[in-house]
Amino acid sequence: MKALVSVKRAVDYNVRIQVKPDGSGVVTEGVKHSMNPFDEIAMEEAVRLKEKGKITEIIAITVGGAKNEETLRSALAFGADRAIHIKEEGEIQPLTAAKALAAAFKKEGAQVFFAGKQAIDDDANQTGQMVASLLDLPQATFASKVELDGNKATVTREVDAGLETLEVDLPAVITADLRLNEPRYLKLPDIMKAKKKPIDVQSFSSLGVTPGAGLKTTKTSAPPKRSKGIVVKTVDELVAALKGKGLL
Amino acid sequence: MSKVLVIAQHADGKLSAAVSKTVSAAVAIGGEVVVAVFAVDGAAVAAEAAKIAGVTKVLTVNNAANEHLLAAALAPQIVELAKGYSHVLFPGTTFGKDLAPRVAAKLDVQQVSDIMAVNSPTSFDRPIYAGNAITTVEAPASPLILGTVRLASFQAAAQGGSAAVESASVSATIPTHTRFVNLEAQKSDRPELQSANRVVSGGRALASSENFKIIYDLADKLRAGVGASRAAVDSGYVPNDMQVGQTGKIIAPELYIAIGISGAIQHLAGIKDARTIVAINKDAEAPIFEVADFGLVGDLFQVVPELTGKV
Repeated sequence: MKALVSVKRAVDYNVRIQVKPDGSGVVTEGVKHSMNPFDEIAMEEAVRLKEKGKITEIIAITVGGAKNEETLRSALAFGADRAIHIKEEGEIQPLTAAKALAAAFKKEGAQVFFAGKQAIDDDANQTGQMVASLLDLPQATFASKVELDGNKATVTREVDAGLETLEVDLPAVITADLRLNEPRYLKLPDIMKAKKKPIDVQSFSSLGVTPGAGLKTTKTSAPPKRSKGIVVKTVDELVAALKGKGLL
Repeated sequence: MSKVLVIAQHADGKLSAAVSKTVSAAVAIGGEVVVAVFAVDGAAVAAEAAKIAGVTKVLTVNNAANEHLLAAALAPQIVELAKGYSHVLFPGTTFGKDLAPRVAAKLDVQQVSDIMAVNSPTSFDRPIYAGNAITTVEAPASPLILGTVRLASFQAAAQGGSAAVESASVSATIPTHTRFVNLEAQKSDRPELQSANRVVSGGRALASSENFKIIYDLADKLRAGVGASRAAVDSGYVPNDMQVGQTGKIIAPELYIAIGISGAIQHLAGIKDARTIVAINKDAEAPIFEVADFGLVGDLFQVVPELTGKV
């Protein structure tokens, strides 16, 4: 069983985001990037399922500029067997990325499409669902437990009301939530081995995808700041302060 | 003029509180606001939706396949129903986030996620980087605009409406490739976290699930919802649906009391819109104090029971 795992290069989660003073975006130049953490979890799950013998081949895939090769190399170090780089520079909106990913998934004849539930840069939370929709496949988003069994998957999902379990026919799209697993640390020998694994370069045109109109960002601004309040010394002072604001 | 379709979320025959907030965003866009209730029998839910002020009409789409509100089953029906609307809005819950992109891709529309402000019928503000930046986006009006609404950014629309309820039928092929198995719901008599006016949250410093009792005691005295930090959830003190933060629930209560929570960026992203934040922590340097309106440095095991006794 082949699995395609979508990985995205994003500003590292530890970086303090700075909005450019001219409102044209956030500062991404000279800032540490790494694999979107939710995609790491998706990648780890695919590797664990391969270790259990449920998946036979893992193909990592990304959509983005030349620098995304390093993200694919990380995915290969995790345990992907090979990678596909849909090489396109500039801003790529989720629907366009989903069209390219769906085309590649179909071309590969894979059974499972794994991705993180969202990327921590645009926080869109769209791509996995869109891939499923474009291919009329089942989707199991926000997964916290995945079991593959023959031609179906049983997936537990983190929903607002608790934990929902779905059974889906394969092929299917599964997106990873935080508690699905804890990704491993990459070891040097695996990082070295990853350098020799093949990356197939594709493009929107090679996959027959035409980017649509999409959203136009007109301004990026910093969120309003909360100002620091007062420190009270005792519980009585706290109760009085809350009563003073009509909160108790 | 705009014509906005709002997709209703409901469970156990009751309308979700998320819907009246989504209606507020629809009203901000202007024009007609139509709420669609997909259910096995949507009459009771539709009657509730009809009472939300600003709603022009409520449509029920009854189908046995709508029992569990699965995205795969709902999407083809919404695609059909959306014809003739200028906007389709979904609540920004796991229900809406799962479903909206499935509809958007079918309509070949780039979705606007997490709408936090409506600037015009085609211009919206939305957060990126966990709310550390806000972008203003312009969406193409044709064929339609589709988005999810960030609940913490909108007040619930008032009650007092009396919209007409009509039944609608759509012809759509509903796939059978996705089957509901079960839902392990956390039953609680406390106010629901996302709609509670007051929320008390505990963090890693509680050190055990037994110790969380002092959090529940204070919450019950205040008639508050109970939340937790990611650290407390990951340590197994409380279930995951109590997590407040970027990867959990984003909330906007009138009063938020953070107890034994240091205030990681992840957590702060979930409470930015709270009206008043109170922090109780023994570490005076904890980042939570940078955003708290009222801070109290002290041992939570002494401070919290004392506070419970005095409110």
